[in-house]
Amino acid sequence: MSGNIEMDTDQLIRTLAADNAHRARPVGLGLMLALLAAAPVSLLMFFTELGIRPDVMTAMRNPFFDLKFAVTLALASAAIAVSLHLSRPEASLRGFGWLLLIPAGILTAGIGGEMMMPQRLPVMTRLVGNNSRACMTAIPLMSLPLLAAALIGLRQGAPAHPAIAGAMAGLASAGLAATLYASHCTDDSPLFVATWYTIATALVTAIGALVGSKVLKY
Amino acid sequence: MRERDDEWTGLMRSAIAGDSAAYHRLLKAVTPVLRAAARRGLARAGQPVDQSEDIVQDILLAVHLKRHTWDAGAPFAPWLFAIARNKLIDALRRRGRRIFVDIDDFAEVLPGEAPVETASASEVAAHLQSLPARQRDVLQSIAVDSASIKDTAAKFSMTEGAVRVALHRGLTSLTAKLREQ
Repeated sequence: MSGNIEMDTDQLIRTLAADNAHRARPVGLGLMLALLAAAPVSLLMFFTELGIRPDVMTAMRNPFFDLKFAVTLALASAAIAVSLHLSRPEASLRGFGWLLLIPAGILTAGIGGEMMMPQRLPVMTRLVGNNSRACMTAIPLMSLPLLAAALIGLRQGAPAHPAIAGAMAGLASAGLAATLYASHCTDDSPLFVATWYTIATALVTAIGALVGSKVLKY
Repeated sequence: MRERDDEWTGLMRSAIAGDSAAYHRLLKAVTPVLRAAARRGLARAGQPVDQSEDIVQDILLAVHLKRHTWDAGAPFAPWLFAIARNKLIDALRRRGRRIFVDIDDFAEVLPGEAPVETASASEVAAHLQSLPARQRDVLQSIAVDSASIKDTAAKFSMTEGAVRVALHRGLTSLTAKLREQ
């Protein structure tokens, strides 16, 4: 019968061996390139809609302003490291999951530090802040291009648990978007960060898990 | 066992370094182990074991396209079995069965088991039909007619580079089609 193709396993193996010379890009490099390609989109969103707060030079002398960046950057780097680890088929969260405790630890220490200092504003006022709605809108929106890029980069991998790998992509992109947002927002209390940044990050992480469970299956 | 694992790891290192013959030997060596495990998984799920070859081919394609996720400093077998287990679970799930797949299924070919040389597989072949003509021609030339990349290039008046690209794209789209089904 013409047009009927057979492919037994020996033939498939021969074909795969013929393709041995092909070299795929390492997952880490692909992820970085994808994030770099998406970064201008998020930066454009940031500079057209938000921008850096005008009193940034004064704010930098406030340790709680600086702490926001320590938390968000620690979150982004930990999540990127864990997502790269999980892109290997035999990997599990064990041995790497603790990295995610670092940003949480920094934030907890910040809350403790603020509690020990005399404050002009009551706890609830600091927690509620003035920008909670902007925070919960801007972080997810600015993280979406980065999340898409991270998922595209991680598709080169072979994660055993696509939803968890997708959640890590969500955490990483939320961490990066939150780094941008932190330079705009005038709420510097660690209580504000722990509440609203966390809600925004959880939303992005859930989206990442949902999409990842579909697109990161290999 | 230990010896076998070390041999596989050595072959894979040579393969990554560019030795296609070592890669061919490695794939030939792991296939009976994958086949036995696939048959055992199917049998336990109450599925006809003659579908095992589709699963074996699915695993081999994934191994090939994801081999850059193998860490050359780590042993090869755990990486291979993780991919195989993932693909086997996937295949059983597609057939409507949820089943626990034991990693030990991949550990060895049980002594009492008759080695199955080959069985018919239909999924890869069926998807091969739907590839773009160029990719299909190249794959067919190399797989079925056992032609080299050089001979295939001459046959279709293509450059060797273009043959390599068509070959790799063909394998990638075959795998994508298997995943979608």
